[in-house]
Amino acid sequence: MNTMTLDATGYSEPANPQTVEKKTVDSQTKVGETVGAPFCDNAKLKMRNVNVFYSETQAIHDVSLDIGRNEVVAMIGPSGCGKSTFLRCLNRMNDTIDGCRVEGDFTLDGDPIYGPKVDVVPLRARVGMVFQKPNPFPKSIYENVAYGPKIHGIASRRAELDEIVENSLRRAGLWNEVKDRLDKPGTGLSGGQQQRLCIARAIAVSPEVILMDEPCSALDPIATARIEELIDELRENYTIAIVTHSMQQAARVSQRTAYFHLGHLVEVNDTETVFTNPQHELTEAYITGRFG
Amino acid sequence: MEMHFDQHISRQFNEDLESIKTEMLEMGGMVTRQVADAVEALANADSELAEKVLRIEEEIDRREMAIDEHATLIIAKRQPAASDLRMVMSIIRIARDLERVGDEASKVAKMAIALTDEGTAPRGYTEIRHIANAVRKMLNDALDAYTRFDVRAAMSTLAEDEQVDMDYRSAVREMVTYMMEDPRSISRVMNVLWTLRSLERIGDHAKNICEQVVYLVEGADIRHGHESNLKNA
Repeated sequence: MNTMTLDATGYSEPANPQTVEKKTVDSQTKVGETVGAPFCDNAKLKMRNVNVFYSETQAIHDVSLDIGRNEVVAMIGPSGCGKSTFLRCLNRMNDTIDGCRVEGDFTLDGDPIYGPKVDVVPLRARVGMVFQKPNPFPKSIYENVAYGPKIHGIASRRAELDEIVENSLRRAGLWNEVKDRLDKPGTGLSGGQQQRLCIARAIAVSPEVILMDEPCSALDPIATARIEELIDELRENYTIAIVTHSMQQAARVSQRTAYFHLGHLVEVNDTETVFTNPQHELTEAYITGRFG
Repeated sequence: MEMHFDQHISRQFNEDLESIKTEMLEMGGMVTRQVADAVEALANADSELAEKVLRIEEEIDRREMAIDEHATLIIAKRQPAASDLRMVMSIIRIARDLERVGDEASKVAKMAIALTDEGTAPRGYTEIRHIANAVRKMLNDALDAYTRFDVRAAMSTLAEDEQVDMDYRSAVREMVTYMMEDPRSISRVMNVLWTLRSLERIGDHAKNICEQVVYLVEGADIRHGHESNLKNA
């Protein structure tokens, strides 16, 4: 008897999967209202109907989003989708860009972020920022962290400053590595250490919100893992918004994920949902690496 | 949401997913055939065919392991997300169910050999044939629904398991009656009972495959009676 006859033909002929429901995603027409859960009950930051223009070009289209207390919100999307532009609105980093016009309501604990009466200096003390490339001042490690508290008048006496510097470096997970060389230049640290120094500098002024614009894109996987671990610890005391190109990073560090596409906020959902069962096909296309 | 697994920027990823899915469906084809042959061997007292079913068992096991290995590689290399991740997860789970269907088919084949050796009048064969037809159809339809990403077909196939369970219970009652009427038949009827039991289990595995169709397409886990998750998805 021939025993080699069992094969795939033993069951009824299936339809060819390639011919079923094959359509391309039309990025121009599929963007509508934000799907998912852009709002939350314990909002720290509330943004409503945000539009941003660079001269005539509209970079952000009618975006509304809450960022909750003790929450990490990740903003993802392809290059040029507006995620960094949106993040930079939250502490008015776009103010200095010529031709940039920001519309919409922004509040931090109910206080307006924009408006003639708002002074950006204390605002930026409340909303700190960490950038893509570590950018320590060309000063000592100590001075890098002490600078903010000094100019904001948070501490003046040496003992107070010492305490803030130590605490900030400890929280940033850097204290043990630098405690014996606080007077050495911050620029002499490794990339990952420099980025943690920048985080220490940001938290030295006791901000309420920390914005991070691709904080790990210049770091190796180990330094990245340290920063991610740190983000998770910082969440206990701060509200964090992070822009990242790494979807795995968004999946690891955030509680909610916002997907931007061509200046529109396409979907905001629990990070779990976004990475296992996104509701919008543009989100699906992006996170699975399909043509979108 | 529409399913298209051929539109990744990485063509290699398209091919990886397509090929693991093909592997699983081929395994499904082998297992389906194995069940058919086992039932056929039983009905026709064909112990040679039954032996063939037992020989295929090893190949099925090997295929399950290969699918697991390929799925592990895809996860390690691609970190699949969303529908891609659900595709890989569902294939791993279905391969496991298929392997167990293969085990049940082998048990039926062993009963076929035992019953052939006894060579007595085939009591209970009507019930076996009836349930076997039902679960073979379920298995076919479940794999077909997976190929077409067809949730509706999966849900309707899944519902058929209830009838199979009812038929199984009524067949068991019947067999118990036979045994009480004629205690000499007990050992033979017990073999029929084990066969019925195996066939009923195949229906359960087909149902599991249907649940994975729903998981793949809708992202809803409806296993263990959580069908309400589908409405929430």
